[in-house]
Amino acid sequence: MKRHQIDCRRLLCPMPVIKVQNAIEDLPAGTLVEAICTDPGALNDIPAWSRINGHRLVETRTDDGEYIVVVEVADE
Amino acid sequence: MSEQRKAVALISGGLDSLLAARVIQDQGIHVEGINFFTGFCVEGHTHAIRKRDQNKEKRNNALWVAEQLGIKLHIEDIVDEYKQVLTNPKHGYGANLNPCLDCKVFMVRKAHEWIERKGFDFIITGEVIGQRPMSQRKETMPIVADESGANDLLLRPLCAKNLPETLPEREGWVDRQQLFDFSGRSRKPQMALAASLGFEDYAQPAGGCCFLTDEQYAVKLKDLWQARGSRDYEMDDIMLLKVGRHLRPSQAYKVIIAREEGESNFLQGYRKGFPHIKTVSHGGPLALIDGEVTEQDVQLIGRLVARYSQGRNADEVVLAYTDLAGETRELRVDPMKPHEIPKDWLI
Repeated sequence: MKRHQIDCRRLLCPMPVIKVQNAIEDLPAGTLVEAICTDPGALNDIPAWSRINGHRLVETRTDDGEYIVVVEVADE
Repeated sequence: MSEQRKAVALISGGLDSLLAARVIQDQGIHVEGINFFTGFCVEGHTHAIRKRDQNKEKRNNALWVAEQLGIKLHIEDIVDEYKQVLTNPKHGYGANLNPCLDCKVFMVRKAHEWIERKGFDFIITGEVIGQRPMSQRKETMPIVADESGANDLLLRPLCAKNLPETLPEREGWVDRQQLFDFSGRSRKPQMALAASLGFEDYAQPAGGCCFLTDEQYAVKLKDLWQARGSRDYEMDDIMLLKVGRHLRPSQAYKVIIAREEGESNFLQGYRKGFPHIKTVSHGGPLALIDGEVTEQDVQLIGRLVARYSQGRNADEVVLAYTDLAGETRELRVDPMKPHEIPKDWLI
């Protein structure tokens, strides 16, 4: 499964959501998008955006002060 | 079977846009939401930065509203394009630096471009005549429709009965009789409608969702423009205006001093772009210097930063000064006394 990493460090919400949204627009279904964030709000906002837009939340975790959210791109 | 019509709703995260979208959904229209990020949106930023706010709920209200409605939400980054709206508003500013009418025109224009690109039929907003003193008045409703280019594709379900018929009403896509005639500043009709639709939990931003309506923020932005001699800004500028104490001892520079640990951590991310000072001998804040400084200025800034450290009453405080090239050296200063800091330094 392809994995696509997005650096959202230093960005405050909703910018991490916008970066994930814009990346997903050009990615094929099934791709895993991993957003690395420093705003803890991303732990709520990216999953919420994924739910309402039909993408699957795979994982959220905190790693040494960074917040990582992984989303699987759904079919259109 | 008739074609299902599609509308995009401007979703701010507040109650009015929630209701406007729901009443159109209830008429069988496919609704999706659009939300614009100008860089000045208040939501969550101070919570994300300040340590004492870290445990507060970090809910993005626009996303939350979309989830309540069961609609998709498209968040558009308009930071760069918004500069023109803010720095040169045709209709001027409100009480502070809020160009509310130009802002509404701009957002509806962007939504109009969006529906043309995506093949949607019309636009919904939660506007109510008389709700806002600048952008939601009887006289401004047609201005928004005309200047945005949306014209009669712009439907305001909450006050539609007080306005001329729009295309979706004339074409029978939407039943005008089921729309509303709200007007004025009272929130009671919206609250009653919310209750009848089963919405109990909703945000009440009351116009406070934009930093440009905040007096303190507007003062800092005006200071930035004045000091630079131009009404321009970058994303980093508008973020930094949300953080710390801003003091301007000279026209040539200002000092941004973190007020607590969360702000110091946030400012850490900007260290490489600014000369900065950190207290070494005592606990203390990180301070960024925005502008050009002389050696004399560095000493003065060191004394100022020491004043805001835990060594404020000590005879001597040691600090580390790092210049733009990344060279760090030690400063030994006596902290400023409160009376040495003129009130007009604080922006």
